[in-house]
Amino acid sequence: MATKSLKARHEALVMDNKQMEILNGGIFENGELPYFKDKIAQTGQFPLRPKKLEILQINVGYMCNQVCEHCHVDAGPDRKEIMTRETMEMCLEVIRNTAAHTLDLTGGAPEMNPDFRWFVEEAAKAGIKDFIVRSNLTIIRANKKYYDLPQFFKKHNIHVISSMPHYTRGKTDRQRGEGVFDLSITALQELNAVGYGMPDSSLRLDLVYNPSGAFLPGDQVAMERDFKKALKEDFGINFHNLFSITNLPIARFLDYLIASGNYEDYMYSLVEAYNPSAVANVMCTNTISVSWDGWLYDCDFNQMLGLKVASKIKHIKDYNEDILNDRNIIISQHCYGCTAGAGSSCQGSVT
Amino acid sequence: MADSYYDPADLRKFGNITEWSEELGTKFFDYYGKVFEEGALSAREKSLIALAVAHVVKCPYCIDVYTKDGLQKGITKEEMMEAVHAGAAIESGATLVHGVQMMNKYKKLSM
Repeated sequence: MATKSLKARHEALVMDNKQMEILNGGIFENGELPYFKDKIAQTGQFPLRPKKLEILQINVGYMCNQVCEHCHVDAGPDRKEIMTRETMEMCLEVIRNTAAHTLDLTGGAPEMNPDFRWFVEEAAKAGIKDFIVRSNLTIIRANKKYYDLPQFFKKHNIHVISSMPHYTRGKTDRQRGEGVFDLSITALQELNAVGYGMPDSSLRLDLVYNPSGAFLPGDQVAMERDFKKALKEDFGINFHNLFSITNLPIARFLDYLIASGNYEDYMYSLVEAYNPSAVANVMCTNTISVSWDGWLYDCDFNQMLGLKVASKIKHIKDYNEDILNDRNIIISQHCYGCTAGAGSSCQGSVT
Repeated sequence: MADSYYDPADLRKFGNITEWSEELGTKFFDYYGKVFEEGALSAREKSLIALAVAHVVKCPYCIDVYTKDGLQKGITKEEMMEAVHAGAAIESGATLVHGVQMMNKYKKLSM
């Protein structure tokens, strides 16, 4: 299990942005598999264009208490990219005026940003309908200063979405690190204790499942049924929905695929599972992703690949929703990850 | 020609069998797809049955496919191994039950 990010290990994959070279070359360059652009063109969906903006997703920093094997952010304790209060002020200005109904804070572990609580308090005042914080669960138990997070989330009616790769200890710890499973279970019980995830509770607690290896997620409904049964029977835990998310071949997951000799097979699986009806609802069509330093992207994945929006508005300081919405979405072969099977997004399946 | 009987890359070409007999190939794949849908048995249960049978018929392609399918369905390695043992038990039982035939024959031929 790695304890450092690829960046801290100075891996060429992320340092020189070799990722685009890999995603555009090999089996795609030699014609074995079609480029994503050509695939969506078959159904007249190229160029991919945004619909109405619904979700503003803000990445408040890449620092994290975990170093998960599959992380597309390459997050970890050694990452220093943290959103400043100045950038948060610019984000707040946008949050107060956006037509988006959902605000989605992610990271890293967003709670590790020193201005996280201030930002949440300010943003909550804007009256956004659905205010999501993506919490990795273990952060709640990582340090005394985080113990009251469940109460803090409750106070601001935060919709908590947490990662839980499996309902068994072995699989969870292999993907996320030794001890993660037990800490996550404790954190879930604490969230339940303040009302999160309970049947009929308005305090939303959803879980995210993503496969711990080179395979695609199964049917979201069936997985949710299995997770609910196991977590309830074994630990008395309640939650609302399970979102299954496909791992995209970016950063540490791409590194893993290549190192384990699974890259080509995985890309074949993604392309074979291509579902044209998922294209219409991929999250880049209703989301804008903001990086820790204020740059704008079509999605969190493009952010990690350094692919800024193809618009004259590229930074939160110049934000203009109308101009921004009139753009072509930047795509590459990693996009097959969001169109496989039932489709995949930060909100789970899209079909 | 490949220099071995089984090539993992051939699995990706399975669908090509339809090229030489479109009607039968299409019927087979439609049937195959239908069989593994949720029904009275869950897709999860069917995946485990398929994994056990894959071992019994010793199909390396099927073993790869249903190991991956099991992972995708959240099936644990303990469940997978139990399924393999269930298949192995039936297979070895099928061999051993013939021991009764051997015993019968032995007794008939012996004074």
